[in-house]
Amino acid sequence: MRVKNVWHVISLLVLFALVLSACGTKPTTPPEEPPAATEAPAATEAPAATEAPAATEAPTEAPVEEVGGFQIPEIEEGKFNVAFVLIGPHDDGGWSQAHYEGLVYVQENVPNVHTAYIENVPEGADSEQIFRSLSRKGFDLIFGTSFGYMDPMEIVASEFPDTTYIHISGYKSNTTNFGNLFGAMESMKYLAGMLAGARAKADGNPKLGYMATFPIPEEIRLGNAIALGMKKTCPECTMDVRWINTWHDPIIEKEAAASLFDAGAQVVFTGADTPAVADVAQEKGKWGVTYDWSGSCKVERCLTAPYWNWGPVYAGIAQGLIDGTYTPGWDYFDADTGGLGLFGFMEGEEPTTGVQDLPPEVIEEVRSLLAQMLAGEFTRFDVFSGPITDNKGNVIVPEGEKFSQPDLDQFPPGAPGLECTYCMYWWADGITAELPSLSQ
Amino acid sequence: MTEQSVSSPGRAWRFPLTVRFEPRLVEPPRWFPLLVSFGAIFFALVLGGGVIALAGGDPVRSYAHIARASFGSLGVFSDTLVKATPLILVGLACALAFRMRLWNIGAEGQFFLGAFGASAVVLIPLLPENTSPWIFIPVMILAGILAGAIWGFIPGFLKARYNVNEIITTLMMNYIAVAWNNFFIYAVWTEGGFQMSHMFPRNAWLPRLADYAKEVPVFRGLTVHLGLVLGIIAAFVVWFILYRSRWGYEIRLIGDNPTAARYAGLNITRNTILVMMVSGALAGLAGMSEITGVVHRLQGSISPGYGFTGIIIAWLSKLNPFAVIPVSVLFGALILAGREIQPSGVPKMIQGIILVSLIASDFLLRYRLRIVLRGREV
Repeated sequence: MRVKNVWHVISLLVLFALVLSACGTKPTTPPEEPPAATEAPAATEAPAATEAPAATEAPTEAPVEEVGGFQIPEIEEGKFNVAFVLIGPHDDGGWSQAHYEGLVYVQENVPNVHTAYIENVPEGADSEQIFRSLSRKGFDLIFGTSFGYMDPMEIVASEFPDTTYIHISGYKSNTTNFGNLFGAMESMKYLAGMLAGARAKADGNPKLGYMATFPIPEEIRLGNAIALGMKKTCPECTMDVRWINTWHDPIIEKEAAASLFDAGAQVVFTGADTPAVADVAQEKGKWGVTYDWSGSCKVERCLTAPYWNWGPVYAGIAQGLIDGTYTPGWDYFDADTGGLGLFGFMEGEEPTTGVQDLPPEVIEEVRSLLAQMLAGEFTRFDVFSGPITDNKGNVIVPEGEKFSQPDLDQFPPGAPGLECTYCMYWWADGITAELPSLSQ
Repeated sequence: MTEQSVSSPGRAWRFPLTVRFEPRLVEPPRWFPLLVSFGAIFFALVLGGGVIALAGGDPVRSYAHIARASFGSLGVFSDTLVKATPLILVGLACALAFRMRLWNIGAEGQFFLGAFGASAVVLIPLLPENTSPWIFIPVMILAGILAGAIWGFIPGFLKARYNVNEIITTLMMNYIAVAWNNFFIYAVWTEGGFQMSHMFPRNAWLPRLADYAKEVPVFRGLTVHLGLVLGIIAAFVVWFILYRSRWGYEIRLIGDNPTAARYAGLNITRNTILVMMVSGALAGLAGMSEITGVVHRLQGSISPGYGFTGIIIAWLSKLNPFAVIPVSVLFGALILAGREIQPSGVPKMIQGIILVSLIASDFLLRYRLRIVLRGREV
């Protein structure tokens, strides 16, 4: 009886596989011909035999792979094909949505380009398979938009030399077809820190909170930028930190924000992907600073949002690759590229209600600094220029010295080739938290 | 009595049919389970097609694309097999334990511990970095098996000695295993603050077909690794244990009738512990195979719930070690195909529908459905 069952199951599965592959192989043959050729016979056949199966099959052979509201990551012959791999859903209201809008911008602004995306891709082994599968399909340019995609992309890049891979937020590149890309969000966090400090001071509760994702250089750098800005407008302010160990988890983000507010924070920043922090601020009557996406700062209790504007950056890279002028490497853009924004202060935006009643001199200072940033006169290195002391009283950078790029994105002693002098493993003065000791 | 109720005119009108489920007393014909399972999948696809259509998609083309994405070419089929490899091993782990009616829900945790054990060989390090793969890989296999077996031993011992419910202990130990791994990823073996260990040296990787692409160009990009072979060997071993060994006879007897087994003088305590250990070892081997064959470093998110999928696989393959292999391939394909339609919610729902339909269809194998016309009952 048992042996019988095995054969049933096996034969069932084989049959299932056969049926599936039978369905699958049919449509694969036509796309090998040029698209024009496949459409022509379908058109001539259709009027000849209205009831013939050929006629009903014709629409399924159309080369366009957009299926109604769905999007299937498939290339279009003759176009420059760009794929985006997203860590969260494309409409997460934060990080991934900002990238998705970058995709839409590329589709609309770069001629003869075809874009596709895959969302909810976990970091690690799963992502390697995704990158390989997209490469196999023949995408020309693949953006990976989370830190943990770095090594999988590096591996796949070595297997597919004809595809270009751009990784956002890491630190590796092979300088041929695997490049690194990130932007000086610290500049915008610095300005938001100034606003938040002024807000907390005006409310008479000089306490900020920062929900950081993982203890990596990026998150420490952004936290320090907030604290440096905060100290500029509110010298007596302090900032508490919570590690949430996730990039995208609306529940955990909510809980962490609530925990910071309950611990007394007046304004809380998020380093994670969703606008949960502002929703909690709304409930508690405090202030939240969202992140990543220009549309994330919607509720009344959202103070501002430092955000990414990936469109022009991505379009520039895609166009540069089409023209053969862009070489992947370490591409770190400042605010003057238009890739960064501070909600309420950019062109066409109104300051939020929480910002409007701040002291006018603070708003003026933020405006003028932002103008300098957009003009390229004030960069990330000016944010991290001495004197800076850490929260234990040590001088990190003396007067007159500035951070260099490895100092911004490396722990001591820095990756090989990216050795740092000051490094990013300290909390700025005013942060009431400690970093875990580095074990290596 | 029934006659009366129908003929009495005072009663409200009732639906003229009733549907009854009666237990099957005779074994259904050979072709029947096949037909039912096939029908279940067809039913699920139709239902899923409805969902796709409702969401504004074209069901036929979506399915065609999904099929192509997991079986359409050598490359994607290789990806399917890579996904199936850990599933085969955890599926076997569950099947073996379930055969003795030990509900090991802890394959996920044992998987993580296996991954930890294998990583420890490189990261402690137990062996120097330049050890030959001929020594490295067997030692890592042993370490993975051992770590998984220890994780299986604990609930096995608690069950055998103190009659602690193994469902609860194995389930809870999953969380401990993930936290245990996280501790090492965050605190001990972190690479520059990032939540992952450094990459294993090349000689600690399971060989992949792609590694021989220089000699055999067809293998380019094929990431099927030695773990698949381990999985198939394990299927033979589990089959041999269960159906060709004295011990397997004991396991099956205890599973089918523990009282009889006790009267027959079988040592249930010892068998409980041993089966849990072997089950844990298989799941640990899955973790080892995944970490050295695919991930190549210790990090979080190494499993999209393989251990839990293993439970379903064991169940669908009716606890048969050989059936576990094709069922795992099907699930590997489903996981892979799930990436092919964006946004990602819809394919996940289709996976769910197929699963529920297949499991529910089992009901039809054990019960027969009878439609009875009102008033015609006997």
